[in-house]
Amino acid sequence: MGRKLLLEHINVPGINTLEVYRQKGGYRSVEKALKQMTPEEIVEEVKKSGLRGRGGAGFPTGMKWGFLAKPEGVARYLVCNGDESEPGTFKDRYLMTYIPHALIEGMIVGSFALGAHVSYIYLRGEMMPQIRILEKAIAEAKAAGFLGKNILGTGYDLELYVQPGGGAYICGEETALLESLEGKRGNPRIKPPFPAIAGLYGCPTVVNNVESIAAVVPIINDGGEEYAKIGVGRSTGTKLISAGGNLKKPGVYEIELGLTCEEFVYSDEYCGGIANGKTLKAVVAGGSSVPILPNNLFFKTANGEARLMSYESLSDGGFATGTMLGSGGFIAYDEDQCIVRNTWNFTRFYHHESCGQCSPCREGTGWMEKVLHRLEHGHGKMSDIDLLVDVSKKIEGNTICPLGDAAAWPVASAIRHFRDEFEWHVTHPSEATTRNFGLAHYADPLPKKEETAA
Amino acid sequence: MSDKHKVTIDGITVEVEAGTSILNAARQIGGDIVPPAMCYYSKLEGSGGKCRTCLVQVSKGSEKDPRPMPKLVASCRTTVMDGMEVKNITSPEVVEARKGVVEMLLLNHPLDCPVCDQAGECHLQDLGYEHGRAKTRYEFDRRTFEKVDLGDKIQLHMTRCILCYRCVFTADQITNTRLHGVLNRGDHSEISTYISKAIDNDFSGNVIDVCPVGALTDKTFRFKNRVWFTKPVQAHRDCDHEKCNGKVTLWYKGEEVIRVTARKDQYGEVEEFICNTCRFDKKQTSDWVIEAPTKISNKSVISSNHYDTMKPLPVVKTNPQLLEANKEQFERDTRL
Ligand SMILES: Cc1cc2nc3c(=O)[nH]c(=O)nc-3n(C[C@H](O)[C@H](O)[C@H](O)COP(=O)(O)O)c2cc1C
Ligand code: SF4
Ligand code: SF4
Ligand code: FES
Repeated sequence: MGRKLLLEHINVPGINTLEVYRQKGGYRSVEKALKQMTPEEIVEEVKKSGLRGRGGAGFPTGMKWGFLAKPEGVARYLVCNGDESEPGTFKDRYLMTYIPHALIEGMIVGSFALGAHVSYIYLRGEMMPQIRILEKAIAEAKAAGFLGKNILGTGYDLELYVQPGGGAYICGEETALLESLEGKRGNPRIKPPFPAIAGLYGCPTVVNNVESIAAVVPIINDGGEEYAKIGVGRSTGTKLISAGGNLKKPGVYEIELGLTCEEFVYSDEYCGGIANGKTLKAVVAGGSSVPILPNNLFFKTANGEARLMSYESLSDGGFATGTMLGSGGFIAYDEDQCIVRNTWNFTRFYHHESCGQCSPCREGTGWMEKVLHRLEHGHGKMSDIDLLVDVSKKIEGNTICPLGDAAAWPVASAIRHFRDEFEWHVTHPSEATTRNFGLAHYADPLPKKEETAA
Repeated sequence: MSDKHKVTIDGITVEVEAGTSILNAARQIGGDIVPPAMCYYSKLEGSGGKCRTCLVQVSKGSEKDPRPMPKLVASCRTTVMDGMEVKNITSPEVVEARKGVVEMLLLNHPLDCPVCDQAGECHLQDLGYEHGRAKTRYEFDRRTFEKVDLGDKIQLHMTRCILCYRCVFTADQITNTRLHGVLNRGDHSEISTYISKAIDNDFSGNVIDVCPVGALTDKTFRFKNRVWFTKPVQAHRDCDHEKCNGKVTLWYKGEEVIRVTARKDQYGEVEEFICNTCRFDKKQTSDWVIEAPTKISNKSVISSNHYDTMKPLPVVKTNPQLLEANKEQFERDTRL
């Protein structure tokens, strides 16, 4: 059994209430942090833990906290990013629904470490039940003296607010989130300045993912070094993976980083293999934005090593043969899934969610969607495939925020690894609308993999 | 530390104040190495960064940290560092990326230049000629919108809009109230007043001048003439609006003033914003004190019909000072 730090007590009845949460050792970290530690020591402990942001980019959390500007007389904010809207990712929602106090506990410790007296949890608008759950939990915590004025008699004041968004994926981008939180249109800001210097209302701000903040709790309880013992290399600790798609047991799993991909997919402790006795064709390992990989490249890296569920191992091989851990939105595709259709579907999402500020993303996402739609429905041309690659390159890296990249990568990688299937859609247009391409050679042992121009 | 920074753009070095953007440093050098800018407007705070036509490559970050920047950057929103080296037209990557951006900007653009009032002074048209492809690769229906009147003086033709946000910033910063903004998102975004409200305040007409394309046009000038058949003349009047100093460009056709705009520099930016009275209501030569013909680059189509010494404009013909200036300019502009 892998160690569980966040979901250890998830099955305890009533763990969503303060009372049961306290019985299981909840809010110990608040007492420890506020009474025995200085803010600097907490930041130091998080640095030692090696915790990396769980929101997608994997930026070391301790370092981010260390960068926060601390000018005299200016408020500082901690903002929790609960906008979770990436297709395939649903771990934050799970955590907030079943064990909301873990997030609130982390928010208190984090706010204390950063010197924030007002902190926000920004949730996407569709998460109405979670908003109620969190507000109830905040009220409980406040009644028990963990929030409000003079927390636990230490003289530290903190108000915590839940702010629902309007339900836009782009408001998960940290600067768009801040704009939205300020009540404006959720357009990403042009950086610099970074939020650590000028964030919410122009004040220094840290934006962290729900899971990153919750992970601070075990780090403070057991110490950063203890946390860093779990995992491999620079991927320390545990990570929530929301597994979906054609798996026997889809769901949210807490894994120790460094678990082999093989074990994650096939062991009964986790996903339990592919549903209905089928074969795995492809995997999106970290949410829709990361490059898709065929079966053979997912379990083994290009040089034949077993691939691990860790930041480094998943990105081994760069974009040519690797992918990314992203936000942990794991999607499995069996032999009956159509990659062209899936790519079109993802692109449809990015087209719908682009904020429309910068021209390559605004126009390019729509263009890609239309071309993919045509391919999927049997009206495509051979030249469309290279056109898609070219358009994705014109978007990638040329936009204000990473949504442009996130829209370009799934298309570029699908064509890189599944070009045969795209070509088959052009050469067999009517067949392509009635049956799927199938598994083909995508699960064959590696050396057979042909190199296609990307 | 000195507050001057040395920056090299396409091999040409210039010293600029700290805090200057790469784009403005390039404008100090001038010429071909100036990146095109469709959304940045020096008079509007916070503008820029959106259209991505001004992308450049930073091949050396600064003297202190010589690492190149990993991605192309928007030159309008990136400040220079001492010792920075920038590649614009000398970088194949930049040229390729810019071609891509121009293609994207034109993707949903109607290309209705033959019936567009902006033709001849449209930045998108210039950009397309200079950096675009001859043929589009886009084979789908283009996005279209109905034309809307924003009050009786301004017309919005959203189909042509490139969403540069300049008009939004103008309304925010120049007028007292902003009555329009961007609705929806992605390629459904549109400039709108939401409930078809008229835009009505003293400085609202300036959104016409800042619009780089024909999306916001002057209804009092609509379909009156092609800009290259008109002759721009600098003029001023004693305007009693406290924020307007009455310095404008009058656009003549024959003896008639058919349009009044603010004065624009070579990058299409107005020198000073003008009030709606000057713009829309003063269309008699007698309202104005004429100064001189407007200098027009000999590259612009607007200069094509102008400095015809044989048939100078009536208003020029009767004014010896203008006659002289006109001759001078004609000679200068036809020397090449
Ligand atoms: C388009 C886009 C959407 C994003 N959505 C989310 C999100 O829903 N939740 C999240 O935590 N981070 C999201 N991010 C990442 C955030 O910008 C930011 O990196 C993150 O909140 C930082 O937290 P962390 O350091 O704890 O990972 C998104 C980024 C982009 C570009
Ligand atoms: S990349 Fe897309 S989502 Fe991001 S700022 Fe530009 S248009 Fe908006
Ligand atoms: S209407 Fe004109 S100024 Fe306004 S955003 Fe569109 S192109 Fe820019
Ligand atoms: S002018 Fe720089 S991005 Fe538009």
